[in-house]
Amino acid sequence: MTENIKIQVKNLNFYYAGNKLALKDINLPIYEKRITALIGPSGCGKTTLLRCFNRMHDLYPGNRYEGEILLDGKNILDKDVDLMELRTRVGMVFQKPTPFPMSIFDNIAYGLKLQGIKNKTELQDRVEQALKEAALWDEVKDRLNVSAFSLSGGQQQRLCIARTIAVKPEVILFDEPTSALDPISTSKIEELIVELKKNHTIIIVTHNMQQAARVSDYTAFMYLGELVEFDSTDIIFTKPNKKLTEDYISGRFG
Amino acid sequence: MSKNNKIKRQIENYVFLTLSFLSAGFGLFFLFWILGDLLINGFKYINLDLFTHDPVPPGMEGGGLKHAFIGHIIITFLGTVIGTPIGILAGIYFAEYGRNSKLASILRNIVDIMVSNPSIVIGAVVYAILVKPVGHFMGIAGGVALALLMIPVIVITTDEMMKLVPKETREAAYALGAQPWQVSFQIVLKAAKVGVLTGVILGVARISGETAPLLFTAFNNSFTTLDVTKPMASLTVTVFQYAMGPYDEWHRQAWAASFILTFGVLIASITARYLIQKKRT
Repeated sequence: MTENIKIQVKNLNFYYAGNKLALKDINLPIYEKRITALIGPSGCGKTTLLRCFNRMHDLYPGNRYEGEILLDGKNILDKDVDLMELRTRVGMVFQKPTPFPMSIFDNIAYGLKLQGIKNKTELQDRVEQALKEAALWDEVKDRLNVSAFSLSGGQQQRLCIARTIAVKPEVILFDEPTSALDPISTSKIEELIVELKKNHTIIIVTHNMQQAARVSDYTAFMYLGELVEFDSTDIIFTKPNKKLTEDYISGRFG
Repeated sequence: MSKNNKIKRQIENYVFLTLSFLSAGFGLFFLFWILGDLLINGFKYINLDLFTHDPVPPGMEGGGLKHAFIGHIIITFLGTVIGTPIGILAGIYFAEYGRNSKLASILRNIVDIMVSNPSIVIGAVVYAILVKPVGHFMGIAGGVALALLMIPVIVITTDEMMKLVPKETREAAYALGAQPWQVSFQIVLKAAKVGVLTGVILGVARISGETAPLLFTAFNNSFTTLDVTKPMASLTVTVFQYAMGPYDEWHRQAWAASFILTFGVLIASITARYLIQKKRT
């Protein structure tokens, strides 16, 4: 199995406003069409790292990056990067479902319209395709014009995934996507994430170590803003190299 | 805890409870007195002529306040049409663009002060910048004065309602590649629309009971007019004039107009508050 590097993180430091160092010298490869899990105790910087990949931190003033994040060899931290374009290549699904205040159809179509797609037939096809990929089509096909808030929490989250994949991103970031959901919805989302790696590179932050073990191919363990260990998920969960990783995996702290 | 201490605290509790109960009762007493008085004295003088006839010469029986109803609706409408877009756009600026800027926080304080600005001052300002240069009172000047009164109310509600929209919703829109203006107008404003609409209703309620700014601007007219460049009657100014006048018929019509005005504003405010509450739950 040949592994292509989709994203290479090089000597990344990240400071929150007020010069608070949140990520220290992170070096990490993200392999193409694989699932990489970021794990670690609360406050270790895993979500902070995730939000670097689509430059979400730029929404708030005073945040600062150092180092490089190479996406297909191009540094996305460069000043000349078009953030709108970057974010269509690197999509994101949040912890809580974030439906927009509009119909199910318009939620999915929103990102497509942002890309300038106006043709009605094309919009309908793309919305249907996205909902099918997110395994939501059968549940909503008869009520596409109903408000997205009428869906259950798990359905809303799959709607958000459909909305993200509709714009065909190369990379999808998941920020604890199941932490607000019940076990049945969780397992549906997990199946979906595994399915999505056929066409997408996936990075997932999770608090749930079983989840990381179930879905991911690679795992990065972070602690206090540093990357402690990165390896294939099998190795991290069976014979980690570092004592700290082993302690965390076996539940001795965290 | 010693027994003495417990008794002392219980006494304190009763004293403060009684004081606040009495204060609340004092305020409510006058409110209900006014409402009750209006209901008793105003309601019985409402008839069809009131809405369909212009005034008859002073001292004669009959006639109505058609001129004031129509004028009042036109002036309030003008104020709303001018004030609403400006208020909402300014509210968006505060909630979305001015979140972390020093200028915005200074401006926000000024808007807060503007809400309690005496309305007669606004009237005088519009008199100076619009009525004086043109040379006569005008309905449109009344609309401008009311718009200035209404803008701060709408700015503050829009700002607050848009801030209630979770930051994740904004981030989700940005994560799809939206531009800041698209996030503000297509997502956040849409999510906050019930609250923003409520602000507009509160603003309309606020301006529809104003007299002072209209005295300086739209002034008054004894006849129905649709021409906003002419002096225009309004219910509030007419109530002021009729209540001070010497004729019984005027007094009766002033009661009826006060009744309609008060309960109209009351219903608008209650609707607005109901909508806000529904939004919060």
